[in-house]
Amino acid sequence: MSPNLSRRTTLRLGLGLGMSVSFLGVPALAAESRSPKLVVIICRGAMDGLSVSPPIRDSAYLDLRGSIAITPDKALPLDSDFGLHPKLVNLHRLALAGQARIAPAVAWPVHIRSHFEAQDLLETGADKLYGAQTGWLNRCVQALSGDKPARAIAVAPQAPLILQGAAPYDTWSPGAQFNPDGSRLAGILQELYQPDPVLGPAFAAGLAVEHEAMTLNANAPALKANDAKDFATAAARFLSDPGGPAIAVISLDGFDTHAGQGAAEGQLANRLANLDDVVAGLESGLGQDWSRTVVVVATEFGRTARINGTGGTDHGTASTLIVAGGAVKGRGIIGDWPGLGAGQLFENRDTAPTLDMRRVFKTLVVDHLGVDRRTADEQVFPGGRDAARIPDLV
Amino acid sequence: MSLPSRDLQASIAATRFGLGARPGEISRIASDPRGWLIAQIRPDAVPVPMNPVGLAFPDSRARWLDFVAYKEAEKAAGADTDRRRAAGESFRQAVAAEMLGRTTAAATTDAPFAERWALFWSNHFTVSTRKGQELDALAASFEREAIRPHVFGRFETLLIASSRHPAMLLYLDQQNSIGPNSRAGQRRTAGLNENLAREIMELHTLGVKAGYTQADVTEFARALTGWSVGRRGQPGEAGGQFFYRPNVHEPGDRTVFGRHYPAGEEDQALRVLADLAASDKTATHLATQIATHFVSETPDPRLVRRLADAYRSSRGDLSVVARTLIDAPEAWSEDAAKIKAPYELLVSAYRAVGQTPRDYGREVNNPLNLLGQRPLSAPQPNGWSERAADWAAPDALVKRLQWAQGFAASYASQTDPAAVATDALGVRLRPLTLATLQRAESRKEALAVLLMSPEFQRR
Repeated sequence: MSPNLSRRTTLRLGLGLGMSVSFLGVPALAAESRSPKLVVIICRGAMDGLSVSPPIRDSAYLDLRGSIAITPDKALPLDSDFGLHPKLVNLHRLALAGQARIAPAVAWPVHIRSHFEAQDLLETGADKLYGAQTGWLNRCVQALSGDKPARAIAVAPQAPLILQGAAPYDTWSPGAQFNPDGSRLAGILQELYQPDPVLGPAFAAGLAVEHEAMTLNANAPALKANDAKDFATAAARFLSDPGGPAIAVISLDGFDTHAGQGAAEGQLANRLANLDDVVAGLESGLGQDWSRTVVVVATEFGRTARINGTGGTDHGTASTLIVAGGAVKGRGIIGDWPGLGAGQLFENRDTAPTLDMRRVFKTLVVDHLGVDRRTADEQVFPGGRDAARIPDLV
Repeated sequence: MSLPSRDLQASIAATRFGLGARPGEISRIASDPRGWLIAQIRPDAVPVPMNPVGLAFPDSRARWLDFVAYKEAEKAAGADTDRRRAAGESFRQAVAAEMLGRTTAAATTDAPFAERWALFWSNHFTVSTRKGQELDALAASFEREAIRPHVFGRFETLLIASSRHPAMLLYLDQQNSIGPNSRAGQRRTAGLNENLAREIMELHTLGVKAGYTQADVTEFARALTGWSVGRRGQPGEAGGQFFYRPNVHEPGDRTVFGRHYPAGEEDQALRVLADLAASDKTATHLATQIATHFVSETPDPRLVRRLADAYRSSRGDLSVVARTLIDAPEAWSEDAAKIKAPYELLVSAYRAVGQTPRDYGREVNNPLNLLGQRPLSAPQPNGWSERAADWAAPDALVKRLQWAQGFAASYASQTDPAAVATDALGVRLRPLTLATLQRAESRKEALAVLLMSPEFQRR
């Protein structure tokens, strides 16, 4: 692990102890903020694609779904074939404005139904189980780092696997009331952590990012520690900062709806309202930088096409992925719709995958962030050369 | 592989196998650190959280009734928000009191290895309050009833106790799973819920790499149908307790992971659980989990093999496995590879100063929430992470520092920080850290330095 050290400058505290506290010297590079931005939102627990983007014209949908179906009168219409869940009002508005698209049948090419293995694949970017131990966004940061290191941040206390690896990374979340500037204790600890390969770099990066956050959040209402929308605001402030990170990660959980899933209202509806708030918070927080931003919303796999015995759904295969942001191009769904009719389901239970999730990620890495194609093929998504980029997406 | 010096063994025994030394602990055990640990391997050594006057907390049945009463009072309150809030006050206080008792037990016990062993199994069989308020009511009693009594017994007994407890049945959605061909299933559109079946195989027993298939998960889910939780106000059902519903049990023979199970009732799933517990794959999976928790996230394969062999040869006797862990030289490596998770850090701080938290919200719940580990509320069924990189992230360490400063402000007076440090870490205390805290400008600063020092953050 190697949190972000490279951009710090050192301030002597003059305590006569030879200690120093390291924090960020913000480089005033106005050009930086014009770089492309990427926000990855991971919805953990297997988000139900058939509720996110109900296939309203698929004749099998209502029968399969029963009481948890999002009926055509409730769905927010996208086109003649698909709607969006009624809680996704902001995403719907963006879709109508050409700033959001859905991929309704996306999956990782390795089809498994363990949350934890599937999240590992989504985050490591590997083409097989246990094929990589670092996150693909981390390797993407490495690829983007030239003379000046690229930066990525998780808006959370801890870093998700997608960000972990050799390249520096940051984590930050609201809630600290700690001022690193001039903290004697922080200086002492940096001395003590010097030989520690884990605590040393992580702590220095933590002080730097806390300092940066204090600057960014000064004169603004305090952000709440447990509010998804405030996490989005925090992410937007970091991304808009000249010299700040260009990549942010947000994790949302609670999507494992085995029982009492609900339909237009209920358990899943609340989680989707939360997701929609996060996207809206990013859009408003990013302001003019929204035009340079892509937000991708992905989940480890989808859920069974049929309602189960307990008003919910079990682990499935394909689900819906969403791309949103001012940098999104084109219209219409991404990939094909496999249908839910007899003989069309994967293993007679799940939405069949028609699109490799890596194709979307790779398109964003190459065509949006500007990583060269070969590096993306070989290092960011090893073994994924056959996952071709999607034309006219960004 | 040779063992470190006796003094270092004492430090490792108290910090890696235990929960952090209390004042005097390391010197007391220095003559026989391994003997001290081995003496804790007995069911009656496992701490049982008690209320402040030393009485047992209510069992899950009583907790459930409290919960039901609270929900009814809340319903009766209608839209009156003050009354709604008041309706839950005593329930919330009771939950907080139990969680405080749990933390206090960990902070004061003389059998900290037994407590860590119990906490390991509690996390292995994760239930989480994030599922909803029913789990607020039952999570702590799950640990007391299903986990603690069995952690030095046979794994099969522990597995069955966990799988049948209402907290687990509710957490993994088993209670309403209905066999499609059962009497109830034929009458209405209802069906299986395979969540519990899958997580028992993936997380609790075989492990995800064992090679079972979707068909095995579905077959096991069919065998489990009928295992449910009693509803309130239903004649013949004990509300909030395990309840077997014959009319939803899927009839017929089952085949799970290569074994055949003749048709049965409630016992059919018990027979599957017994075979899962006895599987070679389970031995290896549990051995890996234990070595990962106690020693390193990349455990020495020799240690894993020893533990798995002990599991197999003892037919899943967890006291033998625990003894094997203590006897394994790989478990005593000088390198403190593990970063403490937040709960471990907090407990070890109270142990270091010989104090206990008094206010659950202010001293335990709120800081652990900020540090990312509110007790019994893991985000997913695989429990809390064992990876250093997941805990020692930039923001997380700043928040640990903030907490350490607050803790030191409350508990540093009346202490001799250098003595606290020596007592807490023994020979693991580095000269640089000792010199640094001796030069600190206040007791408060010195104690915060100790709590944040690499050797205190690691174990």
